[in-house]
Amino acid sequence: MFVTQVYGDNGKMKEYHYTGPVEHRFSPYSFNGGTVLAVAGEDFAIVASDTRLSEGYSIHSRDSPKCYKLTDTTVIGCSGFHGDCLTLTKIIDARLKMYKHSNNKCMTSGAIAAMLSTILYGRRFFPYYVYNIIGGLDEEGKGAVYSFDPVGSYQRDTYKAGGSASAMLQPLLDNQIGFKNMEGVQHLPLSQEKAVQLVKDVFISAAERDVYTGDALRICIVTKDGIKEETVPLRKD
Amino acid sequence: MALSNVVETPASGFNFENVSRNVALEGLLEGGHTKAPKPMKTGTTIAGVVCKDGVVLGADTRATSGEVVADKMCAKIHYISPNMYCCGAGTAADTEKTTDLLSSNLTIFSMNSGRNPRVVMAVNILQDMLFRYRGQIGASLILGGVDCTGNHLYTVGPYGSIDNVPYLAMGSGDLAALGILEDRFKPNMELEEAKQLVRDAIHSGIMSDLGSGNNIDICVITKQGVDYIRPYQESEYKDKRQRRYKYRPGTTSILTEKIVPLELEVVQETVQRMDTA
Repeated sequence: MFVTQVYGDNGKMKEYHYTGPVEHRFSPYSFNGGTVLAVAGEDFAIVASDTRLSEGYSIHSRDSPKCYKLTDTTVIGCSGFHGDCLTLTKIIDARLKMYKHSNNKCMTSGAIAAMLSTILYGRRFFPYYVYNIIGGLDEEGKGAVYSFDPVGSYQRDTYKAGGSASAMLQPLLDNQIGFKNMEGVQHLPLSQEKAVQLVKDVFISAAERDVYTGDALRICIVTKDGIKEETVPLRKD
Repeated sequence: MALSNVVETPASGFNFENVSRNVALEGLLEGGHTKAPKPMKTGTTIAGVVCKDGVVLGADTRATSGEVVADKMCAKIHYISPNMYCCGAGTAADTEKTTDLLSSNLTIFSMNSGRNPRVVMAVNILQDMLFRYRGQIGASLILGGVDCTGNHLYTVGPYGSIDNVPYLAMGSGDLAALGILEDRFKPNMELEEAKQLVRDAIHSGIMSDLGSGNNIDICVITKQGVDYIRPYQESEYKDKRQRRYKYRPGTTSILTEKIVPLELEVVQETVQRMDTA
């Protein structure tokens, strides 16, 4: 007595024993889960993502990180529909190469962010179902985080969470990094070590309560010396 | 002369008036871009196996509300009678209440007749109730028990169908668990082997299914009695955080303070002497 699963049109599973009329339509989108996080410090930036790729209630892969290295000073994290994530990163890579050949220098983080915004808006009426966060160093060597919505609206932030567990992580970051809703607390600047510890703790919490987040955590730390990658195991269930 | 405010005695059983209201409300709410509250589902893996000496039931302990884990240690193996336990998958409230109702009915029956209830009786009561509600009660149950006729394992679906089989799995992780059961089940297994098989089946459901997770509960029912092991195996993932997140008193700002003194009247005063030796 097995009940087949019925998918809603965004790929998220419908009610387990769904009764009533079901319209079967082809949806070009699917939701593959995943959470991305970026934090900007004084002279560093951290982009972290979990490595689980899921669909409905199943797991496609336990080792599919969502951070992609663009240049020596910029990393992008993309979560949402995996097909669009792959295509978008390919397009960005191609545009980076074209810029390098025309202008004889690498694109800066700010420039990449502006370009991504126009790429996303170019598909305003059939959007890339991707939640992007760019983390890197700006021209002065300070950490920069740019967060996007699926159609290209962006802003520069100090910290941002995106993806399936973003609603759980963002308030925690607001409190711990932005010192919001706290009184009488010293506003110490965030050191790289503390930021990495915070990111690890925050993902452990996300994996506890969000079913789409888990398996492993990939952290990319961007400094003037280059990009360092670290992998930390998370809950696999 | 009839009293104007006589309360009407309600018709017996449950009434379905709210179903049409809920459907209408959901339509209104979706249109207004707000979501109707989702009932908590158990999105589960449950399994049962009949062995030589009795029945072994197993379940995971995660309850999800959409994509968020609502309860990390919820109990899915419910007590029915001293010789019967029931695992429930589907809507959490439905499985709880249905098994409670069944348990109460069987206790009354035991007292009336002086006999231990048989598993077939429990299954028939469940089937009757679930069929009457035409699937509106979203409860998929695995009922296992030992009575004078032997060891039994039944499954009851939400629409009222039953199945009497030697091994079973239900819930969103049923296919993963059934893979293990189909591979290693043998009739008349030893107890320890059966416990290990059920544990492995639930573990497979926990790892492959996003709706199942956390710990494994096992319930062993034999003629001698019941061994409810909760948890049989704890999840190996301990959330070890690197920093401590504690807030000193005074971190939350006090905006206004209003003190209302209670005015008490002394009505009676009694004095009782204490012997202080």
